[in-house]
Amino acid sequence: MVLLLVALVSFIIFRYVGNPVDNILGQEATMAQRAALEDALGLNQPIYLQYFDFLVSAVQFEFGNSYRGALPVAELILSRLPATLELAVTSAVFGVFFGITLGIYTAINRGSFISNFILSSSLIGVSLPTFLIGVLLIWIFSVELNWLPSFGRGEVIDLGWWTTGFLTMSGLKSLILPSITLGLYQMTLVMRLTRAEMLEVLKQDYIRLAYSLGLTNKQIYFFHALPNILIPVITIAGLQLGSVIAFAIITETVFQWPGVGLLFINAVYYVDIPVMSAYLLLVGFAFVIINLIVDLTYILIDPRLRDNQLKSER
Amino acid sequence: MFKKLVIPAVMISFTVASASAETVRWARAGDAITMDPHAQNEGPTHALNHQIYDSLLQRDMSGAIIPSLATDWSALPDNPKIWRFNLRKGVKFHNGASFDSEDVVFSLNRARADGSEMKELLSSIKEVRAVDSHVIDIETNGANPLLINNLTNMFMMDKDWSEDNDVTTPHDVAKGETNFATMNTNGTGAFMLVSRSVDEKTVLKANPNYWGKDNYPNQVTEIIYTPIQSSATRVAALLSGEVDIIQDVPVQDLGRVSSTDGLQLATAAQNRVIFLGLNTVEGPTSELKVRQAMNIAINRDSIKKVVMRGQSDPTGVIMPPFVNGWTKELNKYPAYDLDKAKALMAEAGYSSGFDIVLNCPNDRYINDEAICQAAVGMMAQIGINVTLDAKPKAQHFPIAKGGDADFYMLGWGVPTFDSHYIFNYLVHTQTEDRGSWNPTGYSNADVDAMIVSLESETDLSARNDTIAKIWANVQDAQMYLPIHNQVLNWGMKSNIDFDVQPEDQPHFQFLKFN
Repeated sequence: MVLLLVALVSFIIFRYVGNPVDNILGQEATMAQRAALEDALGLNQPIYLQYFDFLVSAVQFEFGNSYRGALPVAELILSRLPATLELAVTSAVFGVFFGITLGIYTAINRGSFISNFILSSSLIGVSLPTFLIGVLLIWIFSVELNWLPSFGRGEVIDLGWWTTGFLTMSGLKSLILPSITLGLYQMTLVMRLTRAEMLEVLKQDYIRLAYSLGLTNKQIYFFHALPNILIPVITIAGLQLGSVIAFAIITETVFQWPGVGLLFINAVYYVDIPVMSAYLLLVGFAFVIINLIVDLTYILIDPRLRDNQLKSER
Repeated sequence: MFKKLVIPAVMISFTVASASAETVRWARAGDAITMDPHAQNEGPTHALNHQIYDSLLQRDMSGAIIPSLATDWSALPDNPKIWRFNLRKGVKFHNGASFDSEDVVFSLNRARADGSEMKELLSSIKEVRAVDSHVIDIETNGANPLLINNLTNMFMMDKDWSEDNDVTTPHDVAKGETNFATMNTNGTGAFMLVSRSVDEKTVLKANPNYWGKDNYPNQVTEIIYTPIQSSATRVAALLSGEVDIIQDVPVQDLGRVSSTDGLQLATAAQNRVIFLGLNTVEGPTSELKVRQAMNIAINRDSIKKVVMRGQSDPTGVIMPPFVNGWTKELNKYPAYDLDKAKALMAEAGYSSGFDIVLNCPNDRYINDEAICQAAVGMMAQIGINVTLDAKPKAQHFPIAKGGDADFYMLGWGVPTFDSHYIFNYLVHTQTEDRGSWNPTGYSNADVDAMIVSLESETDLSARNDTIAKIWANVQDAQMYLPIHNQVLNWGMKSNIDFDVQPEDQPHFQFLKFN
């Protein structure tokens, strides 16, 4: 249902993106040639017919050929997907790991100088737009310090069905700046959420009980408090993973990262309708899958949900 | 035994060092769309294909036509409809096959086939014939004195290779086809394709059997081409030394590049003119006096100074200076004169002004939207209340040429370097096959007839007279308000000796290291 709606909305948007015919034919084309191509591509058909045609072929994983470069869309997206997924996963891991760690730290050491510093500087992560963070990082680490590459994926190793930058030095170096750029917002969000939840949980009676039983701080924080804050944190982090994939567009443009986001942006400039619709469908699909996984993780983490399950099965 | 092992190792390290010294890492904003040489008529695509494929004749780094795969050419003295080309001998394709007249006939027919975006440039051709193995004739429908201007980006492919790989026609987007030539090449050019990953990286290496070894410097042994779309990142990559040469340096970063040690900026006029078009049929702009008033209300000098930071060449005619028909008199732009403009507005009955929408692209030309914003302010001074409507090019162009706009921005490059190319698309009445970019409503039967006559006039001085007459008509009608010619900027390492090419096409066989 969600996917059907995504497809429909994207189709309506395409009406306003422009006309691909000029890009395909070039400036020397005559009016007659334009009309002929519009016919051939089915652009003159009413929107519901175009939508129907698209759905029929999408169900068969048949997305047609890109107008730009004339390669099959499915192949094009599959070849770009590894780059985007590696970037998204790295930045999500970065965001969640540092987010939770710093969140716990600032909750435990409330009011200390370092905590206040982390909290106030984390505002940068939420308030600065992604492209500006990217350009700033490039400026500092590539131009001034010359430590890290400013664009691209570095050297990648082709595994046949997957290209990876994880196995080469230049690939790993290239991953650092884009992952920070993409993950900073996510990290800030997770950190603030973890801190707020942690502060809330530490006031609860059972924590006081744990203290009175003489448990160490470490035991209390990590075995009693942490599991209780994980549900909201995982919900947010999971939903954010979807937007990380979606927001990768900006990061990929700034760093010339050859993923699906860059592919999509170029498709928009070129009015490459087959690529745009397939991409939007893919992102919609990713959101649906991620939500499903998040729901399933609850059951893993929260024993109460598991028990209900068992009861109903009985 | 030990010695034997050492020598190759030393040799290898030596070759690696010298090879990397001659590698050029090249970046620009956009990637080539396809490697199929006839499928797209587009700047970045031609620029990359020019490294791999050759045409019969080409433009050098100054824009002048020089021989390439043809050594010489002329129209037959007794029949101006037939052009004869003598082909270069001993040329080999990258796969080792020999280049001969069969390949030329095949390639030109391929470029004229359905699905080719180059076919409009060859529409005057009736037939291409091989006379012998290294001579060909091109017969045109009427005499076409400027045929060779249309051949500079017409690349030659190997007939057998194309047949073996089933790429005898360019891919046709409308039919949803893909083909082998989109990602694979076999040319005669100075460089061979090693690997290509779209939007990411394309690697080329010098062709060891290149026919032009003695004709050009050929100092580059490897090209690594990376498109970098974000202009800030592109400049950063040059400043940090990750690339050696970039095209499309944004105007706000020119100072930064030229003042950095080890970098230099090369600048040249581009073959592209920017102008505003007006509806001559309906509304206030149908009054000639209004159009004249708007023309002198544009302060071209301040657009150059403020919007373009000095990087433009203001003009009074919609024709770049390389084009046949260009004169200093035409290029002279009218003085900015508000009093006179206001007087003209009053004479036309619009002393209190009027409202109009200006349609403008925001991702096509250098500072396009900012130029339009400046024009809005300038028009306000003579009472015209302009609403700016800036859109991405994919949306702007259908509006601009569909006749829905009363006031719009357009830029025009002239690949044939002849005025006819401007007249045919921008001046001729809009019909099925001509005037496709003339939505102004300007229509003059005499001018139309003169434009068509240019296509077969062989007497060059008579032809130039006609061109001058048409320009006089265009200047009088004032349906276009010229702004400026764009200026190209390439940033590169100081040790590179390379001119900026007016079509924005670097030909790396010409590059020298200091």
